[in-house]
Amino acid sequence: MAAPLVLVVLVAVTVRAALYRSSLAAFISERVEVASPLNAWKRVVEGLALLDLGISPYSGAIFHETPLIIYLFHFLIEYAEMVFMITDILTAVALYLAIQDYNKVVFKKQKLLIELDKYAPDVAELIRTPMEMHYIPLKVALFYLLNPYTVMSCVAKSTCAINNTIIAFFILATIRGSAFLSAVFLALATYQSLYPITLFAPALLYLLQRQFIPIKPKSKSFWLYTVQYVALYLCSLVVIICLSFFLLNSWDFIPSVYGFILSVPDLTPNIGLFWYFFAEMFEHFSLFFVCVFQINVFFYTIPLAIKLKEHPVFFMFVQLAIISIFKSYPTVGDVALYMAFFPVWNHLYRFLRNIFILSCLLIICSLLFPVLWHLWIYAGSANSNFYYAITLTFNIGQILLVSDYFYAFLRREYYLTHGLHLTRQDGTEAMLVLK
Amino acid sequence: MLAAGLVLVLALAAGQGQEQGAVRGVLREELLLQPLPVGDVAAVFQFRTRWDADLQRGAVSHYRLFPKALGQLVAAHGVRELHLALTQGFWRTQSWGQPPLGAPAGAELWAWFQDSVPDVDKAWKEVSNILSGIFCASLNFIDSTNTVIPTASFKPLGTTNGTDHRLLRYAVLPREVVCTENLTPWKKLLPCGSKAGLAVLLKAERLFHSSYHSQAVHIRPICRDASCLTVSWELRQTLTVVFDSFTSIQGKKDWSLFKMFSRTLTDACPLASESKVYVDISPKNKEKELLEVTPTPTSVHEAIVQGDKRTYAVYDLLSPLLFNASRSLNVQLKWKRPQDSSELSTPVLHAQRYVSGYGLQTGEISTLIHNTHPYRAFPVLLLETVPWYLRLYVHTLTIITKGKENKPSYIHYEPAQDRQRPHLLEMLIQLPANSATKISIQFERALLKWTEYPPDPNHGFYVSSSVLSALVPSVIAMKDVDVEESPLFASLFPSSDGSSYFVRLYTEPLLVNLPTPDFSMPYNVICLTCTVVAVCYGSFYNLLTRTFHVEEPGRGGLAKRLANVIRRIRGVPPL
Repeated sequence: MAAPLVLVVLVAVTVRAALYRSSLAAFISERVEVASPLNAWKRVVEGLALLDLGISPYSGAIFHETPLIIYLFHFLIEYAEMVFMITDILTAVALYLAIQDYNKVVFKKQKLLIELDKYAPDVAELIRTPMEMHYIPLKVALFYLLNPYTVMSCVAKSTCAINNTIIAFFILATIRGSAFLSAVFLALATYQSLYPITLFAPALLYLLQRQFIPIKPKSKSFWLYTVQYVALYLCSLVVIICLSFFLLNSWDFIPSVYGFILSVPDLTPNIGLFWYFFAEMFEHFSLFFVCVFQINVFFYTIPLAIKLKEHPVFFMFVQLAIISIFKSYPTVGDVALYMAFFPVWNHLYRFLRNIFILSCLLIICSLLFPVLWHLWIYAGSANSNFYYAITLTFNIGQILLVSDYFYAFLRREYYLTHGLHLTRQDGTEAMLVLK
Repeated sequence: MLAAGLVLVLALAAGQGQEQGAVRGVLREELLLQPLPVGDVAAVFQFRTRWDADLQRGAVSHYRLFPKALGQLVAAHGVRELHLALTQGFWRTQSWGQPPLGAPAGAELWAWFQDSVPDVDKAWKEVSNILSGIFCASLNFIDSTNTVIPTASFKPLGTTNGTDHRLLRYAVLPREVVCTENLTPWKKLLPCGSKAGLAVLLKAERLFHSSYHSQAVHIRPICRDASCLTVSWELRQTLTVVFDSFTSIQGKKDWSLFKMFSRTLTDACPLASESKVYVDISPKNKEKELLEVTPTPTSVHEAIVQGDKRTYAVYDLLSPLLFNASRSLNVQLKWKRPQDSSELSTPVLHAQRYVSGYGLQTGEISTLIHNTHPYRAFPVLLLETVPWYLRLYVHTLTIITKGKENKPSYIHYEPAQDRQRPHLLEMLIQLPANSATKISIQFERALLKWTEYPPDPNHGFYVSSSVLSALVPSVIAMKDVDVEESPLFASLFPSSDGSSYFVRLYTEPLLVNLPTPDFSMPYNVICLTCTVVAVCYGSFYNLLTRTFHVEEPGRGGLAKRLANVIRRIRGVPPL
């Protein structure tokens, strides 16, 4: 398995290197879909330039990266292209290893459930075999590395790639079962962009399952493990934040980074829903809607945890998708991360209802984004509504895609336990409805 | 008893009269007419009131020549120095030469406060609001988003002990328009109003029919005498206007006071101790005289102004000889020979600024500074204030002189905070002799909230002029000027040594377009975005709260039952 992976990595590196040398690199770096005020490379360079001038990078409204990025690029600014290529490769390799381990876990669980007779007798075609799961890790690495979104993100040197790497390592650590590393990487991911805190629930559920601890509020071992994990997470978070304080000797980075993410003062257009909404908001309701939109990202966690407590990795996938769609400054790099997981749910293909139209929608919207941006900003023959419309359509496409996968997942689970050929009481073929 | 009381009252009155005489104040008025190289003519009015009273300490209640509105403003808010300029138009340094008193387009206000003031920002807000009321200008729009604290460009022009720059505030409103509404209260502050003296020439319909109009108020403390133990207060009201020879004087280059102002001078202000008209008749060419003035001036004055030796024809309105021949004074100037274009001298320091780039996403501000001195290099302080919605990237700042990079010896940069303070960039740049320096910096245009756009948002947003301050080396050595003896136009800026003179130049203001949202759409946008969020919420709600069921053949709804009833009547099998 290593050889095809190396081949994929080489192809990806070649593509990125070719684009770095071409004139497209400058064009892609300017694109608002790829670079947001939070992770644009231009702003990292600006922050380091301000530091050289002796001014705190957080004294202005340009730089919103964490001190970790300052520290990292203070030494590595010369090799920035290499750094971003390496982060992409690390993400792909981490996802590859994680999905490899996950496949083993899935297969083991499936075997256990078959032996316990939990499955209906006629679901043979739904059972997954190691043969068909063999190439899934490679497909995941391929999906991530050769996804045009990822390539553009890398060529633009958006620090979203670093966030993705940290989340990929977190997923690897969780699936491997190491609570300590999982907590550390989750703390790093939260520190970088705040929203991954919602991944705490699926990680906890997975680790509990792996330790064979039942998820019951009355169970003592449940609370023990939970408290352990929470403590690990909080301690690492506190340590990282204190280290950041000592880097620049001030707490300025907290309002600049987290205050910025939560209060959305910068209305630069991006592929998300926030910017135009707050540009057209009545001043009176601004605070209310900021709170509503931020709560919207976080509040799906508990219901999803209740519904998907047996399937924490799928929960993680849905949660990642929700973060990418509803975060305050989304970019295509965030979209690329959850799209890398599609090969893992290959077996759900037969239950997806709208996959064709949604993939067409996403492709067409991706192509229309730069066109309508050009018409608005450069040609002056369109206005902001055109770009906003494509934003709306793109987000609807993403939302429907994720809920389609969710529907397919739940439907397959139903068929597994109730049988594939459903009949009604009078013997005729039955329809399945969601009621 | 009564007699003693009367004597006491008389003595007191006499005593007070004497005291009043001491704190009365001295008014000097002056008009400088300067023909400009391209045939236009600049008229600079200056009205200077000097008042030997201590506004800060004593509770002054009796104002005579010094206007009460400004005196109370200075006393109540601990103002050390105040400079307000309202300008329409742009002083073209390259064709007109160095401005006698520069000012940026729009409204400029800067003030030094006493160090006893507890909250400088609060005092600044109050001062700008009060001045807004006095001058009928929208100075109340001065707030933290357009106020900066320059560290080096603005030093106090009056006497002062220390210069802690935290007591300085500087703001420019480039969009501010100057009109008759601002001229009228300005004229009202003059001791003689517009009824006598030089101020009779200030007629709005002629003054605003000009290329450049700038009215200013400068209040500063000055030394009362050579020992400088006590301070007096000086109020200068200046008005600079440039008449375009083609529109105002119908194309002919000969002009007169009547042609420019449609009025002539009839007398001096009775309250003025000095009232003079200076006409610049400096010969550009040593041999031939260029101009001829009528009537004959009362005297001729020579001075070195801005590094040039100049000759002025002086008309003293207080001299009895002047109004002997005619009741009114109409200074007329005739050109003896046409002006040679080779005589047009470029000023030693001039600058231009422009914005480049295309589209509404990014852009670049470039400033070109020219040093035309043949062999002397000198440093210039550049102050740029850029509003927060044009996000400057200081790592793209490049300064290029003669093809090579020029590193500034002092750079002070304060990045902007969104909706709170603007960018402040101050640099000390060395200009080599006979060179052009290009300073450019890239910016990104922000999208603002729809309520933050001004009316007519596609007109664009103004970026205020940048300020260039320099000590320009002069060819001719200048002696120290005594403020009381020399003409007013030579004594606004204190000169420290005789080899250079202080110049403050302002570049063009810029007009930059920002991307605009659609202003008719707030309700639609809220509905559509909330619909998308609701689609997600709805789909997830369904998937999370509902479970799959096999569809049971139901009894059927009302419609089905009704259909079955009709079928039974017809005799058809039911659904």
